[in-house]
Amino acid sequence: MSILVNESTRVIVQGITGSAGSFHAKQMMDYGTAIVAGVTPGRGGEKFEGKVPIFDTVSDAVKATGANATVVYVPPPFAADAIMEAADASVPLIVAITEGIPILDMVRAKRYLQDAPGVRLIGPNCPGVITPGARCKIGIMPGHIHKAGRVGVVSRSGTLTYEAVFQLTQLGLGQSTAVGIGGDPVNGTDFVDCLRLFNSDPETDAVIMIGEIGGSAEEQAAEYIAREFRKPIAGFIAGLSAPPGKRMGHAGAIIAGGKGTAAEKIKALESAGVRVAPSPAELGTTLQEALKRGVRSGGR
Amino acid sequence: MKIHEYQAKEILRGYGVPVPRGALAETAEAAEKAACGLGTPVVVVKAQIHAGGRGKAGGVKLARSPAEAKEIASRMLGMILKTHQTGPEGQKVRKLYVEEGLEIAQELYLAVTLDRVTSRITFMASSEGGVEIEETAAKHPEKILREAIDPAVGFLDFQGRKLAFGLGLKRDAVGKFSSFCRALYRAVVDTDASLAEINPLVRLKNGEIVALDAKMNFDDNALYRQKQIAAYRDIDEEDPREAKAKELDLAYISLDGNIGCMVNGAGLAMATMDTIKLVGGAPANFLDVGGGASKEKVTAAFKLILADEAVKSILINIFGGIMRGDVIAEGVVAAAREVHLRVPLVVRLEGTKVEEGKQILKSSGLPIISADNLRQAAEKAVAAARGQA
Repeated sequence: MSILVNESTRVIVQGITGSAGSFHAKQMMDYGTAIVAGVTPGRGGEKFEGKVPIFDTVSDAVKATGANATVVYVPPPFAADAIMEAADASVPLIVAITEGIPILDMVRAKRYLQDAPGVRLIGPNCPGVITPGARCKIGIMPGHIHKAGRVGVVSRSGTLTYEAVFQLTQLGLGQSTAVGIGGDPVNGTDFVDCLRLFNSDPETDAVIMIGEIGGSAEEQAAEYIAREFRKPIAGFIAGLSAPPGKRMGHAGAIIAGGKGTAAEKIKALESAGVRVAPSPAELGTTLQEALKRGVRSGGR
Repeated sequence: MKIHEYQAKEILRGYGVPVPRGALAETAEAAEKAACGLGTPVVVVKAQIHAGGRGKAGGVKLARSPAEAKEIASRMLGMILKTHQTGPEGQKVRKLYVEEGLEIAQELYLAVTLDRVTSRITFMASSEGGVEIEETAAKHPEKILREAIDPAVGFLDFQGRKLAFGLGLKRDAVGKFSSFCRALYRAVVDTDASLAEINPLVRLKNGEIVALDAKMNFDDNALYRQKQIAAYRDIDEEDPREAKAKELDLAYISLDGNIGCMVNGAGLAMATMDTIKLVGGAPANFLDVGGGASKEKVTAAFKLILADEAVKSILINIFGGIMRGDVIAEGVVAAAREVHLRVPLVVRLEGTKVEEGKQILKSSGLPIISADNLRQAAEKAVAAARGQA
């Protein structure tokens, strides 16, 4: 009853001996995630918390444990390399938590992933993926705010994802899977990818998507929703109050082709039939209203 | 990170990208000397600020003698330039770049930046060079040529030819344009530039292709491996609080309101600002303390907010994931004790280790107004700013 991760997900933690890696590896284990291996080059043969075997390479970890997912907590200068190492080992799901990876490193990593079919990257700079019903959490989100259920959550922003989940849970609306796709300009999985998965997941009844200003990912999502998405959907775009910043050069505005402001994104989503929350304090109630309005007829 | 035109040209020159000869001047006398040294009948005096649109605002002037260059320089130095990219407060001119005058046959537009849709570094070129490029892009997007670069193979010669012929360049200029692009791509990739914009790129009467202007921005995340680029930073061009925030590795933007905000995560920070606006208040700043902030970082962030005289209340909204509630609480308490807390403080904590965090705040004995959700937090902060706490 989920997308991306479930009961049979077996996870490697890359960077398990670092401070963020070890803290969150422990938290994930406490939540119930099957952490089957850690990777820290040069620490192969050791054990994490006395039970999780540590390997020097991802490929060793996969061979020994049959892991089918990995989470990257490696520091920014080495994170893109860690992602590509996981792709080389054909790990089907790579969740990159690391914040601050140089853009050009990610441009190269994304190019590398093109030649690794069957490998999906979530992130980087994201909170991760959680399926509360399977007690499977891969990332840094606080597990206890989640509740098993039938609402899909997809978001570009980390902490705003927690806000959405928290509001849903308080209204008694559990989540099938919550995915943070990350806020970096280059990421592995976008809104459309996640919406497509939620659309065909029989255990997801409705979806809430949280976007923010910049880029055109929300506009692309709106096009997809109008075309194919069949379930009730609510949305929110952060940054309506953000002032147009000082900027340099024209290229940013030109490359985006006049997209990227909150008002434009909200307009695109609303015209695709998404119920957009008027304020971030009303994420949960807006989804509730979308649910009441019922199942979409599918496309326009 | 942004740099000046003269610095961008210095970088480009190093990669073999043709740029005009020029010299930096920080006094009128130096400008006169620079004009003498260049020896061309006409020189161009260009204000060096971190914003475009200088020409229209009077920041670029032609001088027909070294004496005239001196006179122009004495007027330009110290003036406040207001362009559509500086914001209404403008930017003070502290440096000038004096450049040789060139005989221009044609003006073009060329930029290299990331296309987020394709995740590729992309060249954009247009025969409609000059100041109205954004209008061209909006009204006639077909006039902007694009070439996405595959990072595995880099810039390819045929891509240079496609752009050059697409711009309508004649055969003799095509090769020069292509090598210009190849050198520019190398400069961008080597220096982790997030933007290189050449507007205008000019074809001279003698057939050469030259970068008449150059803007470069750099990826802050890559500065750790770009020491030389990092050294180009000009703190005079930055808002002092924003500069301080950068040193502390905090994402901070000054705004006009009176409610100081400290939030973790850019999305939640924007959503918090949105909520403040919706309940009738105005945020004094955007401040994202980021993922794994330490106690020291939280303390520093707190001081940064309090340094803004306009702040009448502070709203701390933290939803802990990677960020632990107890760490935030310790930072808040330490900072509140260290600085004189002159305004009401509203705190909303949720997430990892939230109970420990709330306990630390409660037992600190500080006059902290707590809130249980986003709307309530915003309402309390707005009321507190109005003196209704």
